[in-house]
Amino acid sequence: QVSELVQFLLVKDQKKIPIKRADMLKNVIGEYRDAYSEIVNKAGMTLQEVFGLQLVEIDTKRHLYILINNLPCTEGKYLCRDEEKEKMGLLLVILSFIFMKGNSVKDSALWEFLHLLHVDPGKPHQVFGDVRKLVTEEFVRQKYLEITAIPLTDPPEFKYQWGPRAEKEISKKDVLNSVAKIQGKDPTFWASQYREAEAAH
Amino acid sequence: NTVMAAQMTNAHRRFLQVLMSNGITEGSEARKLHQYCCETDKVYYAHDKLDDFISTINSHLQPLFMQIRKGISEDNGRAHYAVVNLAETEVTKMASDYTETELELFRKTMDLIILSENGFASSTDILNLADQLKTKKMRKKEAEQVLKAFVEDKWLSEKNGEYTLHTRCIIEMEQYILSNYQDVARKCNICHSLAIQSQVCESCGIGMHLPCVRKYFRGQTEPRCPKCNEFWSCDTP
Repeated sequence: QVSELVQFLLVKDQKKIPIKRADMLKNVIGEYRDAYSEIVNKAGMTLQEVFGLQLVEIDTKRHLYILINNLPCTEGKYLCRDEEKEKMGLLLVILSFIFMKGNSVKDSALWEFLHLLHVDPGKPHQVFGDVRKLVTEEFVRQKYLEITAIPLTDPPEFKYQWGPRAEKEISKKDVLNSVAKIQGKDPTFWASQYREAEAAH
Repeated sequence: NTVMAAQMTNAHRRFLQVLMSNGITEGSEARKLHQYCCETDKVYYAHDKLDDFISTINSHLQPLFMQIRKGISEDNGRAHYAVVNLAETEVTKMASDYTETELELFRKTMDLIILSENGFASSTDILNLADQLKTKKMRKKEAEQVLKAFVEDKWLSEKNGEYTLHTRCIIEMEQYILSNYQDVARKCNICHSLAIQSQVCESCGIGMHLPCVRKYFRGQTEPRCPKCNEFWSCDTP
């Protein structure tokens, strides 16, 4: 059962879509329901020991799980296919922007920022295609970004924040250091971000 | 060849993660990756120890019915590595990426390829299959897109409008093919692995991979069949 669950999780996670506990129970654990926690724990240990992946529950109410990469992050060129690398690049830019702006930005601010990088929601982008779809659907589905409606706004406005996968997989310290490097300043220049990054590390 | 089950290090894990996300990795890329992983995670590296490195990973994958397997490309004879699922009884690895209808098209395409003389199926023949699918009929346009996806994901490879199984597919599905196409699937007379593309002896019918033919007949002016000794009728590559 443990090996089946491990394979199930690996395959599901390939798509970066969170895995529902209900699916795990239905597809793999089946009649061994009583041993559920034990099986899940063992699967988690195996994933860590053999693959360097950590099984994390990102939603304790709805019991959603994701696999995050536990290996020390590197600037390796081997990490992913080119298309993925480019998407990750855009994602990191967006996450950096959100972090530096105090962890929450309005959608208008984000798209204004991306406009400066020649990335516009209306126009099909040469590399990213439908950017609006990528940012508001794919990144959200993968739990890298979280978009919530701002109450009492008309027309409705939205705020963008880091999603649970980003919180777990991406180091705020690394983000701050990159921004600092680009701007030629010391990371401590941004006092509150620095404190937050150190705390999260 | 017994290897003491060595510990998995982050270098091993990183190597495995990359191999899995690549789908298929060429030999020289794998060697570079081995070096990169060892250097990144500060693990002892010896350039000729890739096989041991992989054995260590495999000893930990075995209880999960998975394995890093090496296969030889039928086109260029070069080694490639893929992470395969040994417990599979059908094309379940593809199952998460494609719909039932697309999988049916793939299975029927695989039939055509394996039953063919030269290991290729023409795009016309495959597109005609789309009409006859049991799960749901597929229009030609749609089938063309699906074929493109099969090629991009390295399940099929395309040459001059004809399609054969990609090295990745052969490595991952060799067991499945050998057991499900027992009477029809050809095995190379030289290396005894599954042969999708092959040259066949006109007299006795044995088949050989093109790279194996090249190696076997190297330097011979009058190539003869290793089994029946008749002149080898095909052009040696």
